[in-house]
Parts: sequence; structure tokens; C-alpha cells
Amino acid sequence: MAKDMMPAFELYQPDSLDNALELLSRFGDRSWIVAGGHDSFDWFKDRTKYAQYVIDLNNVNELKGINETSEGIEIGAMTSLTEIELNDVIRQRYSLLSDAVSRVASPQIRHIGTIGGNLNQDARCWYYRYGVDCYRAGGNSCYADTPEGQNREHCLWGASRCVAVSPSDVAPAMVVLEATMVIASANGLREVPAEDYFIGPNIDIERMTVIEPGEVLVSIKIPNTWANAMFYFEKVADRNTWDFPLVNISRAMFIENGVVSRIRMAAGAVECIPRRLSVVEQVVAGSELNEETAELASQAAIRGATPLNFNHFKIPLLQNLVKRALRA
Amino acid sequence: MAFNLIGKNFTPPDIYAKVTGKAKYAEDFKVEGMVFCRLLTSTIPHARVSNINLDEALSMPGVLGVLTADEVTDTDIMDNPILTNHPKFIGQPILAVAAESEQIAQDAIEKISFAIEALPFTVDPLESLFPGGPNARMEGNVANPGIEPEEVKWQVSDFVAAGENHLPMGSPSREWSYGDLDNAFASSVYILEESFVTQGLSHNSMEPRTALAYWDGDKCILHASSQSQSFPHPGVASYIGIAPENLVFIAEFCGGGFGSKGGAYPYVAIPALMSKKINRPVMMRISRNEEALIGSARPGFQGRARLGFDQNGKMLAADLYIVQDNGPTNGFNDWLSAGDALSLVYTPNAMRFRGIPVLTNTPHRGPQRGPGQNQIANAIEPMIDKAARELNIDPLAIRKINAPNNYSKYGGAQTSVTSAYLSEALDQGAEMFNWNERRQRSGQRNGSKVTGIGIGTAYHSAGSNGFDGLLRIDTDGILHIHTGVGNLGTYSHTSTSRVAAEVLGYSWDRCVVERGDSSKGLPWNLGQFGSNTSFTMTRTNYAAAQDAVIKIKQLAALRLGGSIEDYELQNERVQHFNDLNLSLSFAEVAQIAIDEGGSYSGLTYPDEINPMTKRAVGHLAGSGLIGVGRDNLARSGSVAALAAGFIEIELDLETGDWEIKDYVGIADCGTVLHPLGLSHQVKGGAVMGIGLAGYERHIYDPQNGLPAHLGLCHSKLPTYLDVPSEMRWGAVALEDPENPVGAKGIGEPVQGCASAALLCAISDALGGHLFNRTPVVKDMIINFTAGQEQSYGPLQISSA
Repeated sequence: MAKDMMPAFELYQPDSLDNALELLSRFGDRSWIVAGGHDSFDWFKDRTKYAQYVIDLNNVNELKGINETSEGIEIGAMTSLTEIELNDVIRQRYSLLSDAVSRVASPQIRHIGTIGGNLNQDARCWYYRYGVDCYRAGGNSCYADTPEGQNREHCLWGASRCVAVSPSDVAPAMVVLEATMVIASANGLREVPAEDYFIGPNIDIERMTVIEPGEVLVSIKIPNTWANAMFYFEKVADRNTWDFPLVNISRAMFIENGVVSRIRMAAGAVECIPRRLSVVEQVVAGSELNEETAELASQAAIRGATPLNFNHFKIPLLQNLVKRALRA
Repeated sequence: MAFNLIGKNFTPPDIYAKVTGKAKYAEDFKVEGMVFCRLLTSTIPHARVSNINLDEALSMPGVLGVLTADEVTDTDIMDNPILTNHPKFIGQPILAVAAESEQIAQDAIEKISFAIEALPFTVDPLESLFPGGPNARMEGNVANPGIEPEEVKWQVSDFVAAGENHLPMGSPSREWSYGDLDNAFASSVYILEESFVTQGLSHNSMEPRTALAYWDGDKCILHASSQSQSFPHPGVASYIGIAPENLVFIAEFCGGGFGSKGGAYPYVAIPALMSKKINRPVMMRISRNEEALIGSARPGFQGRARLGFDQNGKMLAADLYIVQDNGPTNGFNDWLSAGDALSLVYTPNAMRFRGIPVLTNTPHRGPQRGPGQNQIANAIEPMIDKAARELNIDPLAIRKINAPNNYSKYGGAQTSVTSAYLSEALDQGAEMFNWNERRQRSGQRNGSKVTGIGIGTAYHSAGSNGFDGLLRIDTDGILHIHTGVGNLGTYSHTSTSRVAAEVLGYSWDRCVVERGDSSKGLPWNLGQFGSNTSFTMTRTNYAAAQDAVIKIKQLAALRLGGSIEDYELQNERVQHFNDLNLSLSFAEVAQIAIDEGGSYSGLTYPDEINPMTKRAVGHLAGSGLIGVGRDNLARSGSVAALAAGFIEIELDLETGDWEIKDYVGIADCGTVLHPLGLSHQVKGGAVMGIGLAGYERHIYDPQNGLPAHLGLCHSKLPTYLDVPSEMRWGAVALEDPENPVGAKGIGEPVQGCASAALLCAISDALGGHLFNRTPVVKDMIINFTAGQEQSYGPLQISSA
């Protein structure tokens, strides 16, 4: 249970990516990367997860900033959410991203929170955060997926021992924008499409991304593919601020000659990874946007959903959000 | 009455410190040699701890000592203990470790080993009442102040008779009734019967109950977080095991209490006892999560109401049953207050109340703003709307026809009230809100959004008597008003003190409010809770000022000749009626008081004042003219604070989102003492009410007894981005006849009227659907609009 008292750790504050990677190599799985710190410090204060060597990336300026490239834009992983929210290029060409970012947590948290931290944040299942010995924590049970488990915020799809969801408001937007995640390690750089970056418990129950020990997310490349598309983002949460989504939805779309020529949609907080709504895209692509299309798409969106005891509201909510996204 | 000070805005003397961050709360104090202590708390909901091994912890560098449950002051078995080896809720403190730093203390706690035997537990009163169900404690499963702990199991037939959708109603712990209930129901043209659940809630005070303690010989100096000043003092001293005169209790600022810091609470004794043991000043900082568990909680209700109405909407009959989630200790009397509140707010011709407080292995339950009254407002007000709908009566009209007046009596004892102007509050609110026009918008669609309109009403008994007032005029003529009122944030420590200045005709800039530190010499005042301060402490300050008026005139007569009838007070002077040359300034009078001694300068004092006030007078004796007195003014009934709230929302049927478009809150609080402070009460109460009705969570995993709502994020209190930036308010401002300036309190019903109005508006937007549950959160709305079953059973608590 939460202790609210950090244990001691060794703090490193490298001023370059090379230094950071060297530290990661040196300390291996005893190290812990801190970006904005909102996720990390909770774990430390709760004494639920410990780190011997904490590597704070806040002095690594090369990981900060938003740059236009010939292929689109590239956002440093240490760029604050507020900077992304207010960036003119993003607001003009990729407003899906600025809209999604603007609904993350609270204004105060967005000032300090980073895009990398948001995308790499750990599961928010309250049992897991509480410190129980669940599967994700290395134990052998799931407390949420029981007859009395308090699982209102948990998943509709992809349960595999763990029923936690992807809590990010930004991750589904990245999937929709076909972003590429640039990952560095002592061995060099590798790039992973956003859609493949997030992983479910069936692949690895103890982490939520493909990031391996010794690796660090350095930037996110957003291609021109969906620039200036018709975007829609909506988040439904219990509160207007400082809250994780009950369900969120991201959509990018082009309409030509009255029909949807291209569309890409994803939903958050319904699965352990951002859920690409591929069937919805298939239903809608090539169609006119009307209530009939929206209804059909909303039916397609929920196919296969397997609710837990307290979260079946997410099914009509997702349906409604799909419809709203296709009306807008 | 015409006043110079009362009813006028003023700058609270503590406000600059608050807004500049210079205010020093308990955690902000540092003293030389100060060390820290931290708590080992229970990780399971009911257990017995034994074989505690401290060796490794005590051997760690920097560790200074351990305080165990065996070393602390004994408390009554059903009270919340200071420390315990028999924890009855998760988070309950077992022992404390002191060290040079908090980190060392926490590290040491992790080195302490002990045996822990898990005992049966429950987080659901109905589970405990079922035959064979678990008891939250060895002593039984039912208790409350005045009810000795006992085991109560209802009959299986009670549960079967109720079915799944209604509250079973087995043998109650308390029952009262008045009128001919059967006949009243028989006369009713419309009867509704609903079972309901109101959620318990952590107080989640912004400032955790951190405390710093050190000793000066036999005296303990304690910096604590308290919403009251004088009232908790004897209890805190008792927890520490010392006489009250040996406690210096400093609580100048308080970052919220909401009832949880109104009286003495046990945990402040930990740093005091630890300090005594290790002979170092000890700071015990309570964390956010610890506060959520040891900071107490509002009791939840599982209830059932049967209400009968005539064709005009008059409530003829009410039959109420409350099962209270009482936590593991004596808890509080919310359940009884709920019955009284229903009786007063709707004045049914006949009523029966039954209830039972059932123990659970959840945090200690204590009073939280409108304890009982606000839960029942939330449960009943949507039912009133249902009755209005069925009887085709306007929701405003049905509330007015049932509203109490100055002659109403309520509850089993048929208690009278000092004044009650709910009908006037409803009229005033209806006019400000433009009710008749707004009402037409009910159900209006705008895309997926629909408009809902709601009214809420609520009550709290808001005043007491029999406490003391104390003031001093120094030889510079400055008026020092000594108040034992705390600093809960209402500024009533000052608004009530201004009564003394009003009576003496003082200019406010020559007055000082002395408060916040018992060493200043503070009188015995009631705690700052129960909406009582405005009524109770205007009376005490009036009593002290009246004493001063007489003494000033006596001294003038003594020094200048004549009798006291020859003198009046004017412009901070005492003046002979007929001879302008016979006049003394208050500064001169203060010196004469010192010279004359006796009761004038506080060398003697009335026997009837409280020992705390006597000590305070003794502390001030010889330093000026002392005005001191016990409030012996008449009080013949309950001081009824009533409030009405009006709300318009727009609810999105597809997402469950709702937005408050307008809110009007009206207070029946007698004379307005401080308009700006009152406006903050009405609006701040509404914000808290919005949280009570639509946001805040208090969730337990029933299988493991784990709390899911730790921290402000998970508790989901509304933020400033969740509530309207503009709200409107008003006050009936009809004087209460039993207060010398006509004032009565209001702090609590202004929450309940807002929460009830919001629930009614949500119900209205959904065509009159009753959730019969608080809070109403988005998944409930979405399930309803989708035509799905709710996730929870009708009587289920702790639902996600």
C-alpha cells in the first residue's frame, strides 16, 4: 500500500543522449528513466517499485522540441505536453494530437509531463498501483477480474490474465496519425510504428511497450500522411480534468466527392493497447457519412467486446463515440 | 436592527497570510532538534498483531524510538484508538517509529517484523446483518454513541421478504414515530416506496492531520490541524494523558476539516507521546493516502423510504429505514439526523423512523458537512420530484406546501425550531432563477443534449448555547476579542467577534481578534462544526460585551460620580448623559479597571464560566478591562438552518456528461453577518455538493477489503474545471428571534441543497428516472440511456 515516502536512490542527470545511453548500459535493469516524473515518483513514493539508479532525462536538450521535416514533424520525447498542445504547426496540421494532448491530466501536469512519459506510462489498474501481487506485478492472480473485482475502468478486449487498459489519451492519436517511435540504445536507433509499439499482456504482461531494458524513446515522427485531415478527438472521463479516460476516440479522415476516401480510427481505455478500429474504417471507407453508416460502424466497433462485471457501459459508450466521430 | 459592523464585508485578518503562502500550518513549523515519526499501518482490514520484533529497526542508524499501542493512553473500547494491535480497517496505525528523517523512519518500518492474524471482515452492513455474516469486530456488529456494541443478525425471512430490489428491514436499533402512520398512508392518494444507497465519503481534507509536538517541562506544546480551537483542547489533553492546563494547543490555520477535525482526534497524541518518550520535538507528517484512511469518512446509507401524499402534494406519511455503514468504531449519528431532517424539511403529518448502525472494516466514520441531513436530502429530493410528477404538481409548489415554518415541530421528540424560512428561501430562489420560465426548458433537446432542471432543499440544526465570551480593552483602548473559534476557512472567528465590537461601538480598525493559540488566553467555545458558530458565538461575544458595557459604566460612575444609568457609550468613550465634561476614554477606563482590580481586570470572575475560560481570564488578569460571560440567553428550540438550491444542467445522453448552466443557492441563515463570507459558504458548499452528487468516490473491493479511492485523483473530487465559474446566491435575511443579532448558521445545508438539486436535475433530464443512489456517475447514465442493466444491485455498496 502507498507509503508516500521515497526510498533513497542514486540520481543521474545526463546532459546528452550518449551519456544517458551509457548510464543505461552500465546499470541495465537496475536503472529507471525519469521524464516528467508523474508516473515514476508515484511508484517510488508508494515503495511499490524500487530503482537503484534513476536517470533523469530533463537535462538532455536534444530530446526536447518539435521540428518540421520534409516527411512531417518529429517531436522529441522530452517535449512537454503543453508545448505540443500550443505548437502552431501541430494545431494547424495535426490538431488531433493537440486536441488529445489538451485533455491529458491537468494543466499543471501537462506543463511538466512529457510526450514520452505519457506514451510510456504504466498501467493504471488501481489494484496494480495499490501494490498487490497481481500477474502484472509478477504474482499469480488478477484481483480485478473476479466476481467482486472493482473493474469499472478495465478492458473490453485483450484480457490475458491482466485486464488493465492503455490509459493514454495520446497513444490512440499516434496510432491514427501513423506515427513512428524512434528508440535508441547503445546499439543504435530503431524505429517502430506506433501501432506495434504498444503491447498487451499476451506478449509481455509486465510492460506495455516494446521498449527493452537499455532502450529509451527519443522521438516520435509523424508523417505527412494525415496532415490537414479532418480530425476528431473525444475523451469521456469522470472529470473534465485530472482524470484518465473511461473511453477516448481518435479519428483522421479525408472526404472526396462526398464519400470517405481515407479514414483511420482508434480508441483508448478499452484494451491494453490503443485499439485500432479497423473494421469501422472498412465500413466507412468509400461510404457517405450518414446516420446509417455511423450506426453500422458503431455496431462493428463493439464486435467481440467482452465486458467484466462493472464495465459494460463502455460498450454503448464506445458505440456512441464512434457515431459522434462519424457525424462530426 | 441597524448595525455598523454586522452585515458589512471586512478583510479577514488572516487572509493575507493565506493568499501569500505565509500562513503557517502545523507542517510549516520547525523547532530545534526536531525529528520525524512515521506510522506502521494495517494492510488488512481486520487483524490481530502480535510478536512485534523491533530489534532490527531500532538498531538502524538514525532511528530514535518506537511507540507501540501498549504505550499510549487508553481510550474507550469503541472509540478510535491512538494506536492498536487490533486494527479494524486498512490504514489504521499500529505503531510509530521516530528517526532523524522520514526516510529512515520508513526504512525502519520495513524492518519491523510481526505476526498478523487475519480476522473476518466486512465492508457491507447488509452482509454483516445476514445470518452467519461476518462481524467487523469481536464485540459485535452494531454500535453507535449510546448503543453498546452488540451482535445483531436479522432473519433470513427479512431478506427474503424484501427481495433483491428493496432494503430488508429487520429489527432496528432505534425507532420513533409520531402521528397515526397507518391512517396517514390510508389517506394518501399517492404512495411511493424506494430503496436507496448513499455512498460514504472520505473527508479528504486538503491539509492532512500533521502534528508537531514538544515539551517544556510538564507542558506539551502541540501544533495541530484542527478546525476548532477551544473545543478539542480537553480531549486532546486527555489523549496525551495530561491536564488541559498543561497543553498549549496551537491551530491558527486549518487546511480543511469538513467535520473530521471538529473535535479531538486521537492521532495528534502520537507525536506528543513520542516526543515525551525520546525527549526530542517530533513532527508527524501525515501523507495524502494516510489522510484518506485515518481522516475519517461520512457514513454511507442503505435506506428505504415510503412516502404518502395527498392530491395537493402535502406529505401525509413518511416511513424511513436507514442502515448506516458505521465503520469499525462508535461512528456518528448521521442515521438519526437523517430521520429528523426528513421530518423537518417535509413536515409529514405522521412519521416513523427506524434505523441501525452497522459496523464495517472501513475507516472511522465521523461527521462530514451535513451529517445525515445531506445524505437524506440526496435520497429524498428526487423522490419528491417523482411524487410531483405523478400528482402533476410543480416541483417548487410541492416543496413549498411541505416546507416548515416557525411553528413546525420535528422528529420523535417533536422538537420546535427557533425560526424556519424555507418557503421564503424557495420563493427568493425561484425569482432569482426565474423558475417558471426555466421550468419550461425541462427536457428540451439540443442534439444529444437534454436540459434538466432541479430544486434541492436541505436542513441542519445550526446553533447552540451555554459557552463563554471573553474580551479585553487594553490601556491604549484597543479591544482584544478572544475567541476559541477555530479557523475552518469561514472567517467566522472574526465575523462573530465583530458582535462584541458592535455592542461596544468600536471602530473595527481598533479591534484585534485573539485566536489560534491557547496560550493567548481563549475562552471555552463550541467547536467550529455543525453550522453553529454564527449563532453560538455571536451570543458568547454578546455576553462578554454586555459584561464589558456594565463594567465600563460602573467604572465611570465610580470615578466620575452618578450611577451607571447616567452613562452611555459613544465613540469609544463612556459619556455622562447630561454632562459632557464627565467622560472617559476606553483607554482611561482600562487603566481604572487595572487600578480597581477585582472582576474589572479579571482578578475575579464568575463561577459559572468554564474552567478553560477561568484560566484564560487568569492569564489576562491585570492587563486591562475584562469582559467575560457565559451565554445564558434563552434557546427554546433547534436553530434551523435551511437552504434551497436551483440548478439547470445540460446532459449529454450519449456520453453521460453534464454541464451546470446555472446555479442559485439561497440561505435561511437569519441576519447576514458577513456577506462575502456567506457567498463563499453558499458557493463552496455547492461545489462540495456537486462532488457529493456527481463525482466523489469511496470504493472498496469487497473480496479483499481494499480501498480503491486513495489520493485526491482516485477520490475524484470535482476540480475547478468541473464546476461553474459563476454561481449566484442570496439570503432570506429574516432574523432569528433567539439570537441577539438575529443570526444563525448555514454551512451545511448549502451543500445538501446543491447536491440534491443536481440529482433532481439529472433525474429531470432523464425523464424522471431515479437512480436512488449517490453519486450518479457517467457509467450509470450511459447504462440507463442505453437501456442496459446497471452494474450494481440496487442495494449494493462499494460498486465501481
